[in-house]
Amino acid sequence: MNVVSNKWIGQRTIRPDGADKVTGRAAYAADATMPGMIWGKILRSPHPHARIRSIDTSKAEALPGVKAVVTAKDIVDFPVDTPVPLGIQDMRWMCRNVMAREKALFHGHPVAAVAATTEEIAAEACRLIEVDYEVLPWVIEIEDAIRPDAPILHDFLRFEGRPSNIAGKLEHRLGDVEAGFAEADVVIERSFATRPVHQGYIEPHACLVSVAPDGKTTIWSSSQGQFMVRAMTSLLTGIPQSDIRAIPAEIGGGFGGKTIIYLEPVAVMLSKKSGRPVKMVMTREEVMRATGPTSASRSTVKIGARRDGRIVAAQGTFYLQAGALPGSPIRGAAGCAFAPYDIPNVHSVGYDVVSNRSKVAAYRAPGAPIGAYAVECVLDELAEALGMDPLELRLKNAARQGTKAAHGPVYPRIGFAETIEAALAHPHYKAPLGKRQGRGVACGFWFNAGGESSAQVNVTEDGNVVVTTGHPDIGGSRASIANITAELLGIDYRRVSVLIGDTATIGYSNLTGGSRVLFASATVVTQSVEKVITQLRERAAKIWGIDPDAVKWEDGQALPAGDNAGRFPPLTLKQLAAKASETGGPIGAGVQLNTTGAEGGFATHICDVEVDPELGIVRVVRYTAFQDAGRAIHPGYVEGQMQGGVAQGIGWALSEEYVYDRQGRVDNASFLDYRMPVCSDLPMIDTVIIEVPNPKHPQGVRGVGEVPIVPPLAAISNAVYNALGRRFYSLPMSPPKVLATLEGAAA
Amino acid sequence: MADIQYLAPRTLDEAVGAYAAAAGAARILAGGTDLLVQMRSGAVRPGVIIDIKKIAELTRIEETPDGGFRIGAAVTGAALAEHPRFGKVWPGVLEAVNLIGSKQVQGRASPGGNLCNASPAADSVPALVAAGATVTVQGPNGRREMPVEAVPAGPGRTSLAPGEIVVRFTLPPRPAGSGDAYLRMIPRTEMDIAVVGCGVNLTLRDGAVTAARVSLGAVAPTVLLVEDAAKALIGSRLEEAALEAAAAACRAACRPINDKRGTIAYRTRVAGVLLKRAAAIAAERAGRA
Ligand SMILES: Cc1cc2nc3c(=O)[nH]c(=O)nc-3n(C[C@H](O)[C@H](O)[C@H](O)COP(=O)(O)OP(=O)(O)OC[C@H]3O[C@@H](n4cnc5c(N)ncnc54)[C@H](O)[C@@H]3O)c2cc1C
Repeated sequence: MNVVSNKWIGQRTIRPDGADKVTGRAAYAADATMPGMIWGKILRSPHPHARIRSIDTSKAEALPGVKAVVTAKDIVDFPVDTPVPLGIQDMRWMCRNVMAREKALFHGHPVAAVAATTEEIAAEACRLIEVDYEVLPWVIEIEDAIRPDAPILHDFLRFEGRPSNIAGKLEHRLGDVEAGFAEADVVIERSFATRPVHQGYIEPHACLVSVAPDGKTTIWSSSQGQFMVRAMTSLLTGIPQSDIRAIPAEIGGGFGGKTIIYLEPVAVMLSKKSGRPVKMVMTREEVMRATGPTSASRSTVKIGARRDGRIVAAQGTFYLQAGALPGSPIRGAAGCAFAPYDIPNVHSVGYDVVSNRSKVAAYRAPGAPIGAYAVECVLDELAEALGMDPLELRLKNAARQGTKAAHGPVYPRIGFAETIEAALAHPHYKAPLGKRQGRGVACGFWFNAGGESSAQVNVTEDGNVVVTTGHPDIGGSRASIANITAELLGIDYRRVSVLIGDTATIGYSNLTGGSRVLFASATVVTQSVEKVITQLRERAAKIWGIDPDAVKWEDGQALPAGDNAGRFPPLTLKQLAAKASETGGPIGAGVQLNTTGAEGGFATHICDVEVDPELGIVRVVRYTAFQDAGRAIHPGYVEGQMQGGVAQGIGWALSEEYVYDRQGRVDNASFLDYRMPVCSDLPMIDTVIIEVPNPKHPQGVRGVGEVPIVPPLAAISNAVYNALGRRFYSLPMSPPKVLATLEGAAA
Repeated sequence: MADIQYLAPRTLDEAVGAYAAAAGAARILAGGTDLLVQMRSGAVRPGVIIDIKKIAELTRIEETPDGGFRIGAAVTGAALAEHPRFGKVWPGVLEAVNLIGSKQVQGRASPGGNLCNASPAADSVPALVAAGATVTVQGPNGRREMPVEAVPAGPGRTSLAPGEIVVRFTLPPRPAGSGDAYLRMIPRTEMDIAVVGCGVNLTLRDGAVTAARVSLGAVAPTVLLVEDAAKALIGSRLEEAALEAAAAACRAACRPINDKRGTIAYRTRVAGVLLKRAAAIAAERAGRA
C-alpha cells in the first residue's frame, strides 16, 4: 500500500464510539436491564485457606425474595488430572476459581451465590449461608511459598518429586551460557523483586444473563472476548455453545484482566434455577480482592559482556506468583526478558508459584515488564561498568533482522534499532537536568499475536458500508478499521460504520488481547473489502457488458480500463448499490482466518525523575516513548496506547502494590490505598512513533498495545539511580522505601 | 434493609431535639462525603439522618468586628474559598480545608464533618488547631465552647456528648505580622489521605517569633498540639537551630503506627521535615501580613 498517497490511513479520524462515551450514552454491562430481572451476589471466603467441610444454604433459601442459590455443585467439575486448556486458561483451574470446590484458596474466593429480588436481600441471604470451614495454614509471598516447610495449597502439585507450590517451569536455552560467561570481561548479577499490581480498569466486572425456559441463554457482559465468554461459560455450565449468545457490552477498560470470566457461569446457573434474568455487578472491593492482578516476582539476572560492549551471555531466573491456581505469565517474563538483544548464549527460566491470593489474570504484556525490569536494570549497571552510554550499549547489542531469539524465532525485518537511534537523536536525551533530577532509559519487547478473526463487510442499499468484526474495541480499533475500509474503497470515512458482532452474528474471533486486534482484524477486513471490490467490478462489467478484468476500482467508483477507458461514465458505489438487485443481489463479503505473521513489538523509553530526598517522593517529570508501530493506522490511538502503557508502568514502579494484613487479607482493596497514579501525578508523556512496516501484514501493522508497559519499570529505576546515586532492587519505590534506603545510606 | 428516615430541620433546636430523641440511631449529615461512603460500605447503618445544611447558622461565614471569624460547621470548602477575606487572613486554614478531596468533594465537604468524622488524618483539623480555633457545640443541655483539639477522642470517636452538634468554629483576631500554613505528605499529588499533616501558625515582630502554635495530624490517634515545638520557635528568628529543635519536638511528639500508608520511622521523620517547610511558608506570609 502506497503510504504517501494514503487518504484515510494515518488520519486522526473521529472515534465512532467517542460521542456516546463522552455523553454517557455508551451502554456498559452494568447498564443492561430486563423485565423480571433479579440480582445475584457472591458469598466469599473469610479465610485465605480453608477446607470446605459443608455448606448449608437452607436459611438463605428460606428468606423471602431469594430465588436461587448456587454452590460449586452447580458448576461443572474438571478433575485436576486432565488438562482442559482454553486459550491461556485451563478449565481445571477456572472451575475452581469461579466457585471454590474442595477448598477456599484465598480471602474473597467465591463459595456460594444467591439471586434475589433486590441486592439487599441477596446480600442478606449470603449472610445466612452457613459454611463449615477447616481453617488451614496459608502462605502469600513467593519466598514463603517455596520454602520446604510451606503450607501446600494443592496435594496434586509436585515439583521434583515432592509436594510443592511450584506449579510449573519454563525454560529457554540458546548456545552455552557457561562458555559465554567465560568469555566475558564484565559480569553483573543482581536480584529484584516486584509486588502484585492490578490492571485497575475503571469498570468493575458486570453481567446480565437470561436463561429462557427452552435453555437458550443470552449473556450481556463486559469482557475482552464474547467468544471466550461463550466457550468458558459453556464448559462451566454444560450448555452447548450453540445455545449461548454472548453479547459484548461497551467495555470500560480491561488491560488483560477481562480475558477471563468470574460472574457469567454463576449468573447462568442462578438464572437457570430461578427462571429469571440475573444481573451481577462487582464492587471495587470485590475487584481488588478476587479478580486477577498480575504476579509479584522474584528474579535474578546475570549478564556478561566483553570490554567492547558486546554481550556474550545472559541468564535469568524468574519466580512469578500465580495466585491460588496455576498459570502465572512465566512465558512473558522468561521469554521477553532478553528478546530485544542479539545474545549468543542465553538461559532463561521461569517458575510458576501458587499461593493464597487471588488467581492472576493477564495484564498488558503479561510477565514481560517483570523480565525487562531485571534485565534493563542490569544493563544499566553494565553500561556504567563498561563506561558506555546506556543507549549505545543497547544499540550495539540490538536484535535485528536475522537475529535468533532465545524464545525461538528468527526475526524478520524489525524496527528495534530504529527506536534506539531515534531516542539517541531526540532532544530529550541531551536536555539538561535540574537539581535532584536523574535520567534513565530502558527497552522492551512483546510477542504480539495473530490468531482467529472474522469480518463481514456489507454494502448498504444506499451505497454506504457496514463492517462487522468480532473483537471488543478497547483501544480504538473501530476507528482504525473504518480508516482502512475507507482507504481501500476510496470513500469518505464517515460512510463506513464499524460494529462489533455478538457470538451469533459474526464468526469466531479470538479475544482482544496480545495486541492482536488491529493486526488480525485489518487482515480479514482487507480481504473482505477486496472481495467486495471484485463484486463491484463485476457488477459494473455486467452493466457495461464488458469483461470484469477491464474494470478498475478507483476513488470509490468503477471505471472502464484498458481499451475500454473512457467508453462509459464511471459508476459510483452508490449507483452500483442501487442496481445491486438487478445485477446479482446484495453486495458484501466475509472472511474468516487464523492470521499469522504478527511480528514482535519493540520500544525504547527515556525517563526523567525528580526526587524529594527529605520525603522520599519520586516524581516523573519528563517521559518520551519510542516505538515501532509498523504502520500507525490511526496515530492518535497508537499514541494513546503508548501513553497508557507508560502511565501504568509509572504506577507499578512508584506507587502500586497489594498490601496484606496479618490475616492474609488484602489490606488496601480500594483506589484510596491502592495507589494508581492520578492525572496530576504524571507529566505529558511524549511519543515518537516509528514505522518499519511489518512485511507480513497488508498495511504493515504491528501490535502496539502492550510493549509500552514493558520498559517503564527499569527506565524509572535507572533514572532514580541517576538522581540519587543509589540503586533500588525492588518495587514500588514508594516514599517510605526511598527514605529508608537514603537514610540507610547516610547512616 | 431497614428504612432510613431523612430530616432536614430549619433550626438548631429542632435538630438537637431530633438528634437526642433518636437516641443513638441518628447521624448528622453535613456534606455526606464521609457519611455516605461509610453507609455504602455498610460501616454505619443509621435509622435517622439529620441534614444540618438547612440551618442558617451552620452555613454562615461571619467576620466579627474585632477581626475574628465565625465559620458555620457545615460551610463547604468551596464556599469558604469564595469568601473575600477569609483566605487573606487564614491562608493556612483555607488551604487545609481546600485540600480535602477534589473539586466535586469541595462542593459538599465541611470542616465540621472533617472534625466530627474524627479521622486522625483529617486535613483541616491540624490547621484549625494551629490557628487556635474553638468550636461551639449545642446539645440537649445547651451550648458550650471548647478548643478544636478537645473534640477528637480517638480514631472515629469524639468527645461530643450524646445529642451534641458542632455549630461553628471561631477563629481569633489576628495580630499584625501573623501567618499560617498547612502541609501534608501524600504519596500522590491529590486524591489521597495524609500520611503526616502539619499546621504552623506564627506571629513575628521585627523578624522574631512572638507567638507560635504547631500541630500534627496522622501521627497519633488524634491531632496533636505540639507545645514544645512552639516553645522552640518562640523568641527565635527561625534560625536553623530553632527549626531543628522544633522539628525534634515534633518527632518526639509522634506516636504513629505502622500501617499500609506509612511506617513509624517514616512518619516520624516526615513530621520534622514538614514542620520546617510549613514554618518557612508561615513566616513568609507573616512577613507580608
Ligand atoms: C473522594 C474523597 C476524598 C477525600 N479527601 C479527603 C482529604 O483529602 N482530606 C480529608 O481530611 N478528608 C478527605 N475526605 C473525607 C471527607 O471529605 C472529609 O472528612 C470532609 O471534611 C467531611 O465533611 P462532610 O461535611 O462531608 O461530613 P459528613 O460526611 O456529612 O459527616 C462526617 C461525620 O461527621 C458527623 N458530623 C458532620 N457534621 C457534624 C456536626 N456539625 N456536628 C456533629 N457531627 C457532625 C457526621 O455524622 C459523620 O459522622 C475525602 C472524602 C472523599 C469521598
